[in-house]
Amino acid sequence: MTGLPPDIWQPIALSIELAAITTIVLLALGTPIAWWLARSNAWWKELVATFVAIPLVLPPTVLGFYLLVVLGPNGPGGVLAGLWGGRTLAFTFQGLVIGSTLYSMPFVVQPIRNAFEAMGDRPMEVAATLRASPLRAFWTVAIPQARAGFLAGAVLGFAHTIGEFGVVLMIGGNIPGQTKVLSVAIYDYVETAQWHQANVLAAGMVAFSFAVILALRLIEKRIGRA
Amino acid sequence: MNDIRIEFRGTLGRFSLDAAFTVPAIGVTTLFGPSGCGKTTVLRCIAGLQRLDGVCIVADEIWQNDKTFRPAHQRDIGYVFQEASLFAHLSVRRNLLYGAIRTGAIRFEEVVDLLGLAKLLDRAPQNLSGGERQRVAIGRALLSQPRLLLMDEPLSALDRITKEEILPFLERLQETLALPIIHVSHDMTEVERLADHLVLMQAGRVVASGPLTTLQSDPSLSLVQSREAAVSLHAIVESFDVVDGLASLVVNGGRFLAPSAPVAQGTRRRLRILAGDVSLARTPQHSTIVNTLPARILKTTPTGTHGITAVLGLGPEGAGDRILARVTQRSWKLLELSQGMDVHAQIKGVALISGSPP
Repeated sequence: MTGLPPDIWQPIALSIELAAITTIVLLALGTPIAWWLARSNAWWKELVATFVAIPLVLPPTVLGFYLLVVLGPNGPGGVLAGLWGGRTLAFTFQGLVIGSTLYSMPFVVQPIRNAFEAMGDRPMEVAATLRASPLRAFWTVAIPQARAGFLAGAVLGFAHTIGEFGVVLMIGGNIPGQTKVLSVAIYDYVETAQWHQANVLAAGMVAFSFAVILALRLIEKRIGRA
Repeated sequence: MNDIRIEFRGTLGRFSLDAAFTVPAIGVTTLFGPSGCGKTTVLRCIAGLQRLDGVCIVADEIWQNDKTFRPAHQRDIGYVFQEASLFAHLSVRRNLLYGAIRTGAIRFEEVVDLLGLAKLLDRAPQNLSGGERQRVAIGRALLSQPRLLLMDEPLSALDRITKEEILPFLERLQETLALPIIHVSHDMTEVERLADHLVLMQAGRVVASGPLTTLQSDPSLSLVQSREAAVSLHAIVESFDVVDGLASLVVNGGRFLAPSAPVAQGTRRRLRILAGDVSLARTPQHSTIVNTLPARILKTTPTGTHGITAVLGLGPEGAGDRILARVTQRSWKLLELSQGMDVHAQIKGVALISGSPP
């Protein structure tokens, strides 16, 4: 790509790094939540489910605002940052990971929960009658049987994190190499009238989104059938 | 201490269960009763898949009592569900080996051979027929080296032809491996072929429990009143007549001739004799009926509006096996029959209902 400044790659790499780490965190946290939501009989489980799903409808700026308060020097995030000599988690990469995790959680939890619910109780019962401990049954039966849900959740979580803007703008600011991710970079290019660069990134995002949705459809078709 | 002792009580929604029975830890025990009587719940409680208050002791191992409750994965059971419930993400071979984490008396090759699975090993469960799937499920349960095999209507989801394909496997299983089986069924033909011991259930309670033949010929129980009332007798092949194609079978108190494929002397067979196929005569008579046996009328019970079902003891003193005879009240009076009388039982049909091929 001729005529592009070398610094255009930095936000792309940062976005991918952020999305990758966030996806890993999301799967690690989202899986037990999805499992509990799918299996528990607690009356308050739908309250938890609602809480997880709030970012679906909440304006990202609202989420970002509260995160700013919590992550800032006077919130718990500031205390946490103090542990390694920092002053705040806001305007840091770690802060972005926390924000993205909350923001994309419903996109990961929902498909995994659906997959666990579709599986039903039977496979886990069968595993138990074959002497598998609950943990072994979870790894060898529940996760493989829900793999379509995990794939869909991972793809959605990754893609949604790549595309996030409002939350990042609120808690991340625009620090190159630290918090200046792709979506912010596009905004930045437009602000400074660098239309060509903005267009390259924007078109790339269109292609990326297309690929993501296509991949999801194929996952659904291939694995959902098995 | 070679018994299986079961006691469960509790409520599930509006259904209340209070079931207790003790059966020998050998042979096949069938929990029999109408749908919704709690058979499956009892089986799930034995497996530890469901928890109700009670006691579950298998031979010398306490699986549940007031103080202890072993979770399902710590009970040495094999469980065959009504639907095969194979792991869709694993091949047949890996399904079979999922619970085979320790080796024991039941070897892989033996199970594959017994259940005819050799050709299926590398297939995916989705590509098997219903009968094949259920055979894999049985094999999978066996390979976890159970001390007790639990089967929840393993044949009910299958059509008749597939059933006929699996029943011989279950019979061979019982003959080859000395593994106690508790089996849930509402199909009497399955019971007559497989069960040694019967637990009759109704509305969450145990109505009666005992050896199959004892319950089949107990006039106080509903089995005797059924249109299809029958007894299953254990017989040993004494000889086989190649010319007539008839096997001579000895039971306690008598000898039967039954059409059969060639069969070796000493083979164990199970006979089924329908009450409706047995008629009574005061004196031995010339007829086309091959099997006429001396017997004594032990008990009687009215059946339907105009019938009588008589419990007969085979042999001169009526001390042998019990069979049932269904006659009309009219012929009963005409022949002046009464309890305690010695008669000749004419048996129109004797069905050989079990035994693996010779």
